[in-house]
Amino acid sequence: MSKIQIGILAVQGDVTENFLATMASMSELGIDGTVVQVKTIEQISELDGLIIPGGESTVIGQMSLVNGGLKKIKEKIESGMPVFGICAGMIFLSKNSKDKVVGKVEQPLLDVLDVKIERNSFGRQKDSFEANISMDPVGISSFNGVFIRAPSVSETGSDVEILAKFNEKIVAVKQGNILATAFHPELTRDISLHKSFVKLVDNLN
Amino acid sequence: MIPLSGDIPDSKGAICGKIDSNSIVRGTSTLKRGFAHMLKNGVVMDVTNVEQAQIAEEAGAVSVMVLDKLPSDVRKAGGVARTASIRIIEEIMDNVTIPVMAKCRIGHMYEANVLDETNVDMIDESEVLTPADEYHHIWKWDFTTPFVNGARSLGEALRRVEEGAAMIRTKGEPGTGNVAEAIYHIKKVNEELRTIKSMYDSDDKQELVKMAREFKVSYDLVEETAKIGRLPVVNFAAGGIATPADAAYLMSLGCDGIFVGSGIFKAEDAQERARAVVLATTFWEEPDKVKEAQKMIDERQSLLGLDVKNLDLKMQERGSTV
Repeated sequence: MSKIQIGILAVQGDVTENFLATMASMSELGIDGTVVQVKTIEQISELDGLIIPGGESTVIGQMSLVNGGLKKIKEKIESGMPVFGICAGMIFLSKNSKDKVVGKVEQPLLDVLDVKIERNSFGRQKDSFEANISMDPVGISSFNGVFIRAPSVSETGSDVEILAKFNEKIVAVKQGNILATAFHPELTRDISLHKSFVKLVDNLN
Repeated sequence: MIPLSGDIPDSKGAICGKIDSNSIVRGTSTLKRGFAHMLKNGVVMDVTNVEQAQIAEEAGAVSVMVLDKLPSDVRKAGGVARTASIRIIEEIMDNVTIPVMAKCRIGHMYEANVLDETNVDMIDESEVLTPADEYHHIWKWDFTTPFVNGARSLGEALRRVEEGAAMIRTKGEPGTGNVAEAIYHIKKVNEELRTIKSMYDSDDKQELVKMAREFKVSYDLVEETAKIGRLPVVNFAAGGIATPADAAYLMSLGCDGIFVGSGIFKAEDAQERARAVVLATTFWEEPDKVKEAQKMIDERQSLLGLDVKNLDLKMQERGSTV
């Protein structure tokens, strides 16, 4: 089995936190691999898995468009590379997104995850919250969900599996090689979600 | 492990939210500091109206900061500078999807309350406005809304963190279009961080205690900072940034991101410049991209700028000794 390489999209957002959580996951699982912060087409094309971190989806989208990164990421995901989108990353992966207050805003999306997203679904920063989430389909019964100006999934396509809901809103989904959460596992000390993503990448390799 | 570490116990700042079907909590350090983490590698732009806020969002700003006047106009106008009109802040909040910040005066607890009630995403307790209390900053732990504060040195930054700031911006000299002070202060903070890190690495507790006394903050906070070798919260650069090259240089000095005040909307090519500054901040490690960004702007349209040595008013000095 060859050494796996997981990239953290380093355009904007909390890249370092995901980098550290992925490193820790690999070492705990005893998996031989590297974690790299990626931005360019060349770096992205070498990856076995990609994490799109939290940040501002409008910025991550626009800046990924600039150097052709967006197209390359889409190509890789469509050819089977596992990807994990967190908050802004989940929005960026989606087919369709609109803001709860402002409505439809033109923003570049990867258009690979068959969901409709409601941005800022739980309100503004003051309404940001922590709550206990259960994701039984991936074997995680209790997880500290850190929701920061978080989106939610308002509609899902037929291939999309719902992993978690909070107050009737969908906050974590899986569609084949795509994993996405509205909350930030990288801001907690619990690396179980990063570990399950690393395992997903490792199994395919 | 996660550089959110340096977590001062949550109890100091935690406010329990309303209980929904599940139990939830709001206003924790993780949520307040975490918000700042989401801004990393981004550009926050000063704006005074909806039109500017929309230009900023389209250009790729990670957030906008609402002011009544841009810092260079505050400087020209003189008088007392206060928090922006609530109606304008709300109008901007209704028209952009990115986070909206606003400034309150140093120590002005009730301007902060008003901004908190307005639901802005972050409050900047800022030296650009006229200080309301020369002896105290706002005690920020009591708020659910996160705060950002300016600092010219590590001691000042840690004093603000100890008061509950969730984010720091190293100060420059606002409204000058002159990046020199921002560069000086970030280098100073970096040097002080290196100094206490080496004390920690050589297990010299006595020197760390001396530093805590000099900084006028608790020993625990100094030790925690020394251990991780960086500020325990996200740190942006601010003050005097006018061009893409300015932004890229500050990123290369280890800042987590950039605040741009007058540099964009006091220039004559604001739209292009906003975009160019974001590009240079995102791709600061790639010289060809920074050059491309710099090429998008016209130096003849830059904010003319001021020599910091000849200023009557140094905003950066406000609130920095307490």
